[in-house]
Amino acid sequence: MNIKISAEPFDPWREIQAHQHSAKEMAGKFGATNIFIGTMRDFNEGDDVKGMMLEYYPGMTEKQLEKIIAEALRQWPVIDALVVHRVGDILPNEPIVLVAVWTSHRGDAFDASRYIMEALKSRAPFWKKELLKSQAERWLVKNTDGYL
Amino acid sequence: MSIKVRYFASLKESIGRSEDHLEFANLATVGDVWRCANPNKALPDNILAAVNMDYVELNGTVKDGDEVAFFPPVTGG
Repeated sequence: MNIKISAEPFDPWREIQAHQHSAKEMAGKFGATNIFIGTMRDFNEGDDVKGMMLEYYPGMTEKQLEKIIAEALRQWPVIDALVVHRVGDILPNEPIVLVAVWTSHRGDAFDASRYIMEALKSRAPFWKKELLKSQAERWLVKNTDGYL
Repeated sequence: MSIKVRYFASLKESIGRSEDHLEFANLATVGDVWRCANPNKALPDNILAAVNMDYVELNGTVKDGDEVAFFPPVTGG
């Protein structure tokens, strides 16, 4: 299991490849990998967005992510999981979050990665402040349920 | 007992500081910590609280050396 908070842009595909390469013990054991990547949009709530600042609570963010992954491990037979989340100043088209889950079968991979992602959205202490094209700044008040 | 209080995101901006250090003579709850640190400001709706980096309710008690945090709903991912 690996959790990374990154103040620099990251390439989710390289992260997945590197993680899978280093976790040699799971070679041949997993049959399913589910990947979720969240990427910054250049629009939100009808406004053009040119940047974002992502604040977090060092220590608590990692602790909550560890708890969320542990909860997923208790519910599904997860072989391995990787969570990477950006902080700091972010530009449109840059990845914000990566959740990758390796399991034997696809159902567990879908379910566990969705659980991790939804729990992250509601419990991991990150906060987004958008910088609009109009130069106005605004804190996001809450995450949507993601299915609207 | 000594309590460190931390604030994040829009709450930090609205109260104009990121942390406080408080001393309590008696048993205190998380709600007491807020009232002592911010006597002229009611705790805004929806604010979340944590003690030592775990979520807590406002009626939870604190002990010497605890780190109490207040922050708005999270918006990561």
